[in-house]
Amino acid sequence: MPHWLQLMLDSLPTLLWAALIFTVPLTLLSFAFGLAAGLVTALIRLFGPKPLVAVARFYVWIFRGTPLLVQLFLIFYGLPSVGILLDAFPAALIGFTLNIGAYTSEIIRAAIGSVPKGQWEAAYSIGMSWSQAMRRTILPQAGRVAVPPLSNTFISLVKDTSLAAAITVPEMFQAAQRIVATTYEPLILYVEAAALYLALSSVLSALQTRLEARLNRYGGFLEARS
Amino acid sequence: MIGLTNIEKRFGDNLVLKGVTVAIEEGSVTALVGPSGGGKSTLLRCINLLEIPTSGTVRIGDETLEFRPGIKVATRDIRRLRLQTGMVFQNFQLFPHRTAIENVMEGLVTVLKWPVERARERAMALLEKVGMAHKADAWPATLSGGQQQRVAIARALAPSPKVLLCDEPTSALDPELAQEVVDVLGQLASEGTTMVMATHDLRLASKIAQEVVFLDAGVVVEKGPASVVFSTPEHQRTKRFIATLKQEAGESQ
Repeated sequence: MPHWLQLMLDSLPTLLWAALIFTVPLTLLSFAFGLAAGLVTALIRLFGPKPLVAVARFYVWIFRGTPLLVQLFLIFYGLPSVGILLDAFPAALIGFTLNIGAYTSEIIRAAIGSVPKGQWEAAYSIGMSWSQAMRRTILPQAGRVAVPPLSNTFISLVKDTSLAAAITVPEMFQAAQRIVATTYEPLILYVEAAALYLALSSVLSALQTRLEARLNRYGGFLEARS
Repeated sequence: MIGLTNIEKRFGDNLVLKGVTVAIEEGSVTALVGPSGGGKSTLLRCINLLEIPTSGTVRIGDETLEFRPGIKVATRDIRRLRLQTGMVFQNFQLFPHRTAIENVMEGLVTVLKWPVERARERAMALLEKVGMAHKADAWPATLSGGQQQRVAIARALAPSPKVLLCDEPTSALDPELAQEVVDVLGQLASEGTTMVMATHDLRLASKIAQEVVFLDAGVVVEKGPASVVFSTPEHQRTKRFIATLKQEAGESQ
């Protein structure tokens, strides 16, 4: 067996383990929380009172306009100066959640806005309240519009979790770095790490395709072409 | 009985309805006709409060709501009045993510909290009435315009409203598909369903409506029994308008 293949096989369990206990949970949790934050932010921007709208805009402005790596550094290395000490994983989780929340709020806002006004009126005309119309009529249709751009954000997030290595989270990329430190084989290990990220995002792309097919089963204005 | 008294509706500086008063008998069919921009659609939407009148009184059965400029009416009261009405839209506006029968069940299950099985039975009966039972499980996108509108009629009737409001129910349909909708509405009319429809479809209005209200520039120009208004209109403005409608109807046949 060639040396490079041997090295890859030997390091694979370590990398997979790091992915399983850090990369994947960090991705899933920060996307779930980020999506919730994005939905709340989008609803505030569309329907909230003026002062709250200003707060929401400010939040999106800050977190979209500054580098994710800088945000992580501020949370992990900066906040202790004002007495807020966080472990590496929660710090990363908070950073990614806030970042994802800012990006997804814009996607959700646009998706809700894309549902025709007539659908609100149809919902109201059968007696629905605002929240019933939102839940039963608007969000399911907005969801379909939002899935492709949300998937983009999700796939970016999987790869961006490698930035957590810089604030000492022992996720997959950091595991690769550690092996490089002892083997001095950066090319082999980083190619392997890249391949594993590629595999993860490929799984997500496949899931996206299936989800879109399901959401498109009723046909209509956004016909899926396959 | 439905009573609209002194309804005014203002959009910014534009006074669209200038004190309209109309009374609608239970079991009657009233057509609101008139040129585009004359206020017929707005008046219709003031009945179920999709447009909130700037001032005036809306009465449906025992429910009465009074509107005055600058005074906000409680959302709860608006919904209570709206529940007395059903509406059919020009562009159908079925919920695209629900099947035909789910569309009809939606108001019963979500708003009136009926058990699903009971709602399904009623929805199926209504789909049968509009001749759409065979498409109960179809997605709206797979139905023709006429079929979609018939499902929309069933959806509007599901919560047993006191009045069915139809906003240009045939305007988005070609004549053949419009006919099937006219037939269904005609059948409902003969069963005593109270209806108010904004329309410029002469065939629809003359076949179904007993009463006609002619609206132009936000005022009622003329009103009376359909047979009288269509054959011997009193006002010059009404005459001209009905002549154009008849000409259009003649050309399209």
